[in-house]
Amino acid sequence: MTHNIYLYLLIMAGVTYAIRVLPLTLIRKQIRNSFLRSFLYYVPYVTLAVMTFPAILDATQSPIAAAVSLIVGMIAAWCGAGLFPVSLSCCAVVFILELFLCR
Amino acid sequence: MKKEFYEGMKDGIPIGLGYFAVSFSLGVAAKNAGLTAFEGFIASLLNNASAGEYAGFIVIAADAGYLEMVLMTLVANARYLLMSCALSQKFAPHTPLRHRLLIGYDVTDELFGITIARPGTIAPFYTYGAIAVAAPCWAVGTALGVIAGNLLPLRVVSALNVALFGMFLAVIIPPARKDRTVAALVAISFLASFSAAKLPFTSRLSDGTRTIILTVLLSAIAAALFPVKDEEESAYDS
Repeated sequence: MTHNIYLYLLIMAGVTYAIRVLPLTLIRKQIRNSFLRSFLYYVPYVTLAVMTFPAILDATQSPIAAAVSLIVGMIAAWCGAGLFPVSLSCCAVVFILELFLCR
Repeated sequence: MKKEFYEGMKDGIPIGLGYFAVSFSLGVAAKNAGLTAFEGFIASLLNNASAGEYAGFIVIAADAGYLEMVLMTLVANARYLLMSCALSQKFAPHTPLRHRLLIGYDVTDELFGITIARPGTIAPFYTYGAIAVAAPCWAVGTALGVIAGNLLPLRVVSALNVALFGMFLAVIIPPARKDRTVAALVAISFLASFSAAKLPFTSRLSDGTRTIILTVLLSAIAAALFPVKDEEESAYDS
């Protein structure tokens, strides 16, 4: 079954907007429930981690280059490098390694 | 009002430049999911969310069902709920509905940050100024990413494919260094995600479904075992 791309985009936009606008219009209250607050605090870390690995291994021509870029990116981020430098170093690692690993 | 708008535009410039780099990487991912430059532009114009849009592109690439798209978008953007709740406290009590509806269009980490950082109640036109600069950068960057993905040689595209993952790492690793719970959670997420992708039953689920299940499950367990104190949360907001 093939899905309509614009329906996909509309659903994405609708759900995203609802999440942002409902608290501004209808709820207008702080979330006090400790479990819910903690849950929402942890969600982004888990989602981003889950979406990054192992997907990154399939993103490049050579999984080895991707694995090395993952490690380099983690080290760079750990050492305090920002969004752009971390990203750039990941790309550079893949580019350089694939010069040797792929023909 | 006019002054506030210009102030917002000024503060929106550095945000817009940062957005450009991220959305360009997002555009490369959009191209891999089969989107055209125009579709990528529309996706970014309507969503203004990096992780949320990437999650959506995973669903599109898998040609998965619409319900999966709803759940995936919900999970990947859940953190905006927290930001919007915080923002709702800063509106002057009788702020008209239209301002609330418009601000809700572009609640992102950065725009939330500069809006909440201003003393006093929210000045809607300040935020509009910032949105007026940042949102077009986000959408155009995505479209250019798609075009670059189509035009550049395979070698370069292969390298660019990890750009967005690099940015994700730059978001999750620094807090992991500060907070042991987050560090453990990231490590467990990597491990669980890898296992789920390889194990016989779960590997048959789509990438999106696995992401949804793992995110809800692991975040709920972490929230039950290690409830967050208020200070940690404000550290994340800024």
